[in-house]
Amino acid sequence: MLNDWQHGGFGLYLHWPFCQAKCPYCDFNSHVSREVDQDAWLEGFKNEISLYSRQTEGRTLDSIFFGGGTPSLMTPKTVEGILDTVRSHWALDTECEITMEANPTSVEAANFEGYRKAGVNRLSLGVQSLNDLDLKRLGRLHDVAQAMNAIELARSVFDNMSFDLIYARQDQTIEDWEDELHRALALEPSHISLYQLTIEAGTAFGDRFAAGMLKGLPSEDLAADMYDLTISTCADAGLLSYEVSNFARPGVESRHNRVYWRTGDYIGIGPGAHGRITVNGTRYATEAAKMPAKWLDMASEAGAETVRAKLNAKEMEQEFLLMGLRLTEGVDLARHPSLIADPDFLKNFKYLKDLELIKMVGDRLIVTPQGRPLLNSVTRQLLAD
Amino acid sequence: MTELDKIRNFSIVAHIDHGKSTLADRLIQETGTVKDRDMKEQLLDAMDIERERGITIKANTVRIDYRADDGKDYVLNLIDTPGHVDFAYEVSRSMRAVEGSLLVVDSTQGVEAQTLANVYQAIEADHEIVPVLNKIDLPATDCDRVAEQIEDVIGIDASEAIKVSAKTGVGIRETLEAIVTKLPPPKGERDAPLKAMLVDSWYDAYLGVIVLVRVIDGVLKKGERIKMLSTKAAYPVERIGVFRPQMEMIDELGPGEIGFLTASIKQVRDTRVGDTITHEKKGTENALPGFKPSQPVVFCGLFPVDNAEFEDLRDAIEKLALNDASFSYEMETSAALGFGFRCGFLGLLHLEVIRDRIEREYNIELITTAPSVIYHIHMRDGQMIELHNPADMPDLTTVDHLEEPRIKATILVPDDYLGDVLKLCQDRRGIQQDLTYAGSRAMVVYDLPLNEVVFDFYDRLKSVTKGYASFDYQMIGYREDRLVKMSILVNEEPVDALSTMVHFDRAEQRGRAMVEKLKDLIPRHMFKIPIQAAIGGRVIARETLSAMRKDVTAKCYGGDATRKRKLLDKQKAGKKKMRQFGKVDIPQEAFISALKMDN
Repeated sequence: MLNDWQHGGFGLYLHWPFCQAKCPYCDFNSHVSREVDQDAWLEGFKNEISLYSRQTEGRTLDSIFFGGGTPSLMTPKTVEGILDTVRSHWALDTECEITMEANPTSVEAANFEGYRKAGVNRLSLGVQSLNDLDLKRLGRLHDVAQAMNAIELARSVFDNMSFDLIYARQDQTIEDWEDELHRALALEPSHISLYQLTIEAGTAFGDRFAAGMLKGLPSEDLAADMYDLTISTCADAGLLSYEVSNFARPGVESRHNRVYWRTGDYIGIGPGAHGRITVNGTRYATEAAKMPAKWLDMASEAGAETVRAKLNAKEMEQEFLLMGLRLTEGVDLARHPSLIADPDFLKNFKYLKDLELIKMVGDRLIVTPQGRPLLNSVTRQLLAD
Repeated sequence: MTELDKIRNFSIVAHIDHGKSTLADRLIQETGTVKDRDMKEQLLDAMDIERERGITIKANTVRIDYRADDGKDYVLNLIDTPGHVDFAYEVSRSMRAVEGSLLVVDSTQGVEAQTLANVYQAIEADHEIVPVLNKIDLPATDCDRVAEQIEDVIGIDASEAIKVSAKTGVGIRETLEAIVTKLPPPKGERDAPLKAMLVDSWYDAYLGVIVLVRVIDGVLKKGERIKMLSTKAAYPVERIGVFRPQMEMIDELGPGEIGFLTASIKQVRDTRVGDTITHEKKGTENALPGFKPSQPVVFCGLFPVDNAEFEDLRDAIEKLALNDASFSYEMETSAALGFGFRCGFLGLLHLEVIRDRIEREYNIELITTAPSVIYHIHMRDGQMIELHNPADMPDLTTVDHLEEPRIKATILVPDDYLGDVLKLCQDRRGIQQDLTYAGSRAMVVYDLPLNEVVFDFYDRLKSVTKGYASFDYQMIGYREDRLVKMSILVNEEPVDALSTMVHFDRAEQRGRAMVEKLKDLIPRHMFKIPIQAAIGGRVIARETLSAMRKDVTAKCYGGDATRKRKLLDKQKAGKKKMRQFGKVDIPQEAFISALKMDN
């Protein structure tokens, strides 16, 4: 019999916490530091990799992902050192996806070839906007011309690349976005991530928003219209919405992110990184020390993990639905038979089904296109007691 | 014991914010009754709510020793009274316990409606009245104009009004001298049988019920057995004391003196304000003219936000009622809100004070339903029923007609705002009774239905006059009118807690306003929700709350799973603050906000 995580696969996430500058919307664990001792960090990663490999012996990695922060600030040598270590501890699937997040500034683009040589086979570019003024407002260090160059270069170096845009920005009209989206699609990406701007507490935007100083954000209705437009425009261009904010030609969906959404196992290494690993049939949520200096200290000693929490059946069901219903393919309810036996779940299921927000296709519970823009409410209702 | 001619008993009449409490503080300070280092603002307002709102709710007293310019030592007893219209009754009984009043008027503002209402009570109680013009330190002070106004509007001589700044202390000494020289000493017979007035009472956690008394004749001593004339109940006097303003125990109180007693009385309800206290043996048979007990006029439902707190709420309400005979309650069940209490209050301020105290002192979050007045329902079979809750409205086929309580409202307003005030009164079904001028201020008298006033009339009045109007009212009785019960249906289901009584001619307008308000107050759901107002089976107003359109998190990756899961649990807790009606969640604040009228 399969372990449940095997439905989702096995991935490795590596977090590089440093940025050249902090973006006002970003709530990831990122820090601005002038001097980073990359050799010391490489050693830290190596130790952590070795520690986690002992708990997951014999497994095959489906995906490796360098996220951040700005992982494209790592030298190719550091990346190579990490990937060599990974290969020495786990087998890699023949299709193993090795993704690097990168910013389109010229300095970072200069490293693309080096990353490819180190083993990276997919690049995810943080383009964010095709409008210079908005790039400035988003606090980005690149302009549109640099973004275009970076896309061009990335494409010549990597077979597989994707880029991100942020929309529903301040003062953006639906026409503005339609135009920008068409320009993006004209670049013929095979994968694209399109995120509505989210104001997170604890960010510069969050503070401004709380102070009533962040004006021109779209109304709920406009945001909904923009979302509908995004899905249909991408579909017309052959990019299917396989997840809430992710679009791809069939076959090039991100393997790494599907490990999360299909609630597979993933190891999280680096400051503040989260993981989910199943050991002897028990699934654990792990977290590493958040502050970079602290993490580095711990990683070079006994290990940087600060949290290892056993997930109970209820929590696993919650994550299964929270993550899985984001996917257009939905979830296979047979993976959690206790859900179907729960009268609350059945009552909530019927309520949402009657509203045509969810439906069953075989054993799979799927959120309908009408339900997708209301996914948070739908999930909340499904899990209500 | 103090000789009668060395006693002066007085109260202070003032509009809110005209400086009554500050003046009282200064009198206490000037005479050294409280050491400077123990002074705090508004000494006599003991409750947090009193201090915060700058109002006095319970009567307070203080005994002040004063050596006058004639070289003799006097005892001055100040009874501080509530200034708000809700507590008019408490004012009247306190007035009866003293012989004179200081009439404090803000020399930058002039006479206000509350001043009028209270000063008439003082005149009715045969008080000698000493006008005091306060706030003379402010640049806008105009003593001549205000003195003239006092003579014109109230009709008392203000030529010798004392000019005071309670803030800086100017005129405080003169005020003390005027109390001694202008106010009459009390009368009384030391050798006559004991006759004392029960002025007020409250519950103290350590001492039990504390009874504030004014001795008329005879002497009240510790250890004696006393009897309440109205209830015939007898008690042994355990303690006798005076307030300075903190308690100071003494052995006896003689004629003309004001102080307190404790006597193992269990509940405030066992003491009737205005009652006559005498000795159990050889007491007087002649009762003082009693007061009519104050009756609640405004009712509303108080429900715990969390149903599990119902017993805590019961406990809180019982404790508050122990100390407040004018607050009534009975259990109520609502299909919408579960278990709670239907509570009666003297007015809206009283309601707010009680509600705030429950929330603050007992830490129970409350849902307050629409305030309602008592309607008289005359049935076809000739009997009359009192309706305290619109949800209890009987079948219309059995009803002959309805009557509602009316009030006489007196409003003083600068003439710039007169038009707005008249419009407000007309909109609230008022009938104009009188309109006169005193200088640039108009005095408007309206006959108004109480139900149009209980909710937000005072707020609206303050808002349309930028705070310059003052308002007071008295009940004038019941009158028949065409009143109907308006129900609110949310997603086709009636919500009992939103039912209100409205005048037939206003029903459509009110219904429209309410459904529009509710449309804004209820959050969007995953489906569209019709919101309707109806009289009987007839829908008179309808709005549709459109379905939610977007609620989805843009990014959710491996690092977000834990956070999203925790957020889900938090949102579940948040949902408990809503009330579910069928499939619709209604936020608690909607029950009150829906009723506020903007025009």
